[in-house]
Amino acid sequence: MLNLRPTTGPHTRENLSIGGIMRQVIYALIPATLFGLYLFGWPAINLFLITLFSALVFEYVCLKLADKPALPALKDSSALLTAWLLAMSLPPWAPWWVGVTGAGLAIILGKQVYGGLGQNLFNPAMLARVALLISFPLELTTWVNVAPWLSETAPDFKTGLHITFMGLDNVDSTTGATVLGYVKTELSQKHPLSASLADIYNSNNAWLGFMRGSLSETSAILLILGGGWLLFKKIITWHIPLSIIVSVALISAVFNALNPEIYLSPSVHLSSGALMCTAFFIATDYVTSPNTPLGQLIFGSACGLLIFTIRTWGGYPEGAAFAILLMNALTPLIDHYVKPRIYGRDRQGRPLEL
Amino acid sequence: MISLMQSFRIRGGVHPDPRKTATTDLSISSDFPLPKKLYIPLQQHVGKPAEPVVRVGDYVYKGQLLAHSQGMISAPVHAPSSGIISDIADYPAPHPSALPIRTVFMETDGKDVWQLLKPPTDPFGLSAEEISLRVGAAGVVGMGGATFPAAVKLNLGRKNKISTLLINGGECEPYLTCDDRLMQESADGIIDGIRIMLHGMETPQAIVGIEDNKPAAFRAMKKAAADFRQIEVRQVPTHYPMGWDRQLIRYLTGKEVPADGRATDVGVLMHNVATAYAIHKAIRHNRPLVDRVVTIAGGAAGSPGNIWVPIGTLISELLDFCRVDRPRMARLVMGGPMMGDALPIAELPVVKATSGILALTQDEITRGSEQACIRCARCISACPAGLLPVDMANRIRSNQLESAVDIGLKDCISCGSCSYVCPSNIPLVHYFKYAAGELAARQQAQHKSEQTKKLIEERNKRIERIEKQKAEEAARELAAKVAKYSADQAEQVL
Repeated sequence: MLNLRPTTGPHTRENLSIGGIMRQVIYALIPATLFGLYLFGWPAINLFLITLFSALVFEYVCLKLADKPALPALKDSSALLTAWLLAMSLPPWAPWWVGVTGAGLAIILGKQVYGGLGQNLFNPAMLARVALLISFPLELTTWVNVAPWLSETAPDFKTGLHITFMGLDNVDSTTGATVLGYVKTELSQKHPLSASLADIYNSNNAWLGFMRGSLSETSAILLILGGGWLLFKKIITWHIPLSIIVSVALISAVFNALNPEIYLSPSVHLSSGALMCTAFFIATDYVTSPNTPLGQLIFGSACGLLIFTIRTWGGYPEGAAFAILLMNALTPLIDHYVKPRIYGRDRQGRPLEL
Repeated sequence: MISLMQSFRIRGGVHPDPRKTATTDLSISSDFPLPKKLYIPLQQHVGKPAEPVVRVGDYVYKGQLLAHSQGMISAPVHAPSSGIISDIADYPAPHPSALPIRTVFMETDGKDVWQLLKPPTDPFGLSAEEISLRVGAAGVVGMGGATFPAAVKLNLGRKNKISTLLINGGECEPYLTCDDRLMQESADGIIDGIRIMLHGMETPQAIVGIEDNKPAAFRAMKKAAADFRQIEVRQVPTHYPMGWDRQLIRYLTGKEVPADGRATDVGVLMHNVATAYAIHKAIRHNRPLVDRVVTIAGGAAGSPGNIWVPIGTLISELLDFCRVDRPRMARLVMGGPMMGDALPIAELPVVKATSGILALTQDEITRGSEQACIRCARCISACPAGLLPVDMANRIRSNQLESAVDIGLKDCISCGSCSYVCPSNIPLVHYFKYAAGELAARQQAQHKSEQTKKLIEERNKRIERIEKQKAEEAARELAAKVAKYSADQAEQVL
């Protein structure tokens, strides 16, 4: 039957929904996530599930309070993805309340107070990550040794529950520093990179991810694989990831050439999974990154510069989350000044001269 | 290398599912039975409506003039068949509003007798001006859907001494295959029409652009144009909206039309293949525009196809002919699915602009409910005009229409690419059309209030002037009286 409600064209549309986009990103994250869960075992699985579940609960409660229909919003998987990205960036054996608090910060303060999906200024996962890091520095910098699932060193299910809910008993024997953290400490004690890197850094392990680090951010290779999937599915464009990677590589190459004993080489920078996760999954968040290709290139290059700066001279060993938040704040400005050229007009909007 | 360079000339755009296979291999059918009644609107073109020259009760032959054009931009209307004029009254127009417009009602006699036709003419023996005149008299308008009077465009081309005539064989809208079929079956006629246009505009060369998803049409046109060095037939990428004149101009010539200019400013002009064919028929065979090829397609059409249809045929009869399953038809669209109009009823006439009739099922048109914008910027990369649809829509939503204009609302061509790609189902084009209409209404209101103000001011001035005149007259009379009095006094003294 004819529907008499007047409608404008187009009378056809591309078969793509918000939920579809979010789910593609989640699919792309699965390899790195599974690898991380395998690497760190039951406590990581517990933390991961707790973070995801509490994010969905917070989302539901917020939507109910705001009198919005909850089910369609939950179905679009955006809260799930936010929590997923947050969980990936947490220390693998962090206690349960870190996951719950983080999910609350991300969903409530990071997203819903701005008015929900699409309205937030900052990337919710990174906002929560940074808020947690500043509030709970000890828990957020406890990097557990690699203990693959079902291996001898891995905690069994019961021990896993104990670690998640009661805390870690033998901290000293099971934890250590990340590559970036270790070299930073060593440098502060005037130990050159050639000595400190040899202690901790193995290029193959770093690219594959067999090393201490965040829950699912250790494997640069798997994260690049996921990023490639997003590019292939046209969920993201190359502008932001490439400009971040290229700018970090270029800047670190210059400094490394100046003094290889103080400045890390591009390969150490790039083999950090956190950088790849940021480049492909965090910085490409539609809501908090610029709209135009040129704006995205500016955004990405500035992110790369900030990541390098914070890693090299900042107080924290890893700077990706801070860099993202700073550039998120600049996104409206970039979008204000960088606009596409309108057909038949110059960049200032004046009609073209003949 | 050249093709790589050219691909940079395409901005934005989308690749909608073509859905042309149902009709692309079927030859154009001439079997459509002549309708008993025809409804011929007097405005089927951009410009002023035509003025009827026939009266109720008159018998007319096929091709006879029903209404002549009025003013600079207008087009005449001819009888699509032979029969009796039964009425001249208002009838709903094929427009989303279905508002009534002045229409000639005709009862056909089934004989379909042509008026006395002049023998075929050699167009190249005619002067360029004569060609424009005859094209105008035959009622030819832009058949791609723009319906701009073709003769006006020919004159424009001649006066501006354009260097290249572009012929649009893109047919970038999904479902539609009427131009495709016409090129496959009547390439010689189209090429002849192009040569006539070149002659009528005194233009040295023409380029025909055909999307590369129509290889058969491309081959046919290439073959037909082989003997004419002034006509080049080229393939262009399949890319919506390739048929936007400015997109095709930039792709084929590398030139960009200024925002405040016309195509003729960069020395080109664009016509559609179906217009070229109509001009061929009008000039070579002296047959005015009384019918056209219409694609009938869509999921609800039982036997879709391309059909020669007399102008004025009710769409409902076409739907019956193509065995459209009415209960399954969720939306009736005239034109393509990207830019076409949804019609509220089927009892509306086919007009010169009717390139397609789509009977779409619910599955084909379903859009989810509108969701929040996630700033994915797909609309921005899809916009062929380089606009920011998401920002414009936001400004319109908060009623800042002027500021939407500041960022390019008036450069929007309503191609629908942005709405097509939006994952949140935001009806962006709807916002832009609303804003354009609202701005026009506001402008009109402002114009009206300015006019009123001006009239009041003029009235006040007039009253003031009259008062002043009266005062001056009174003063003069007084002075005259005084003078007379003093003169009398002086006389008395004397």
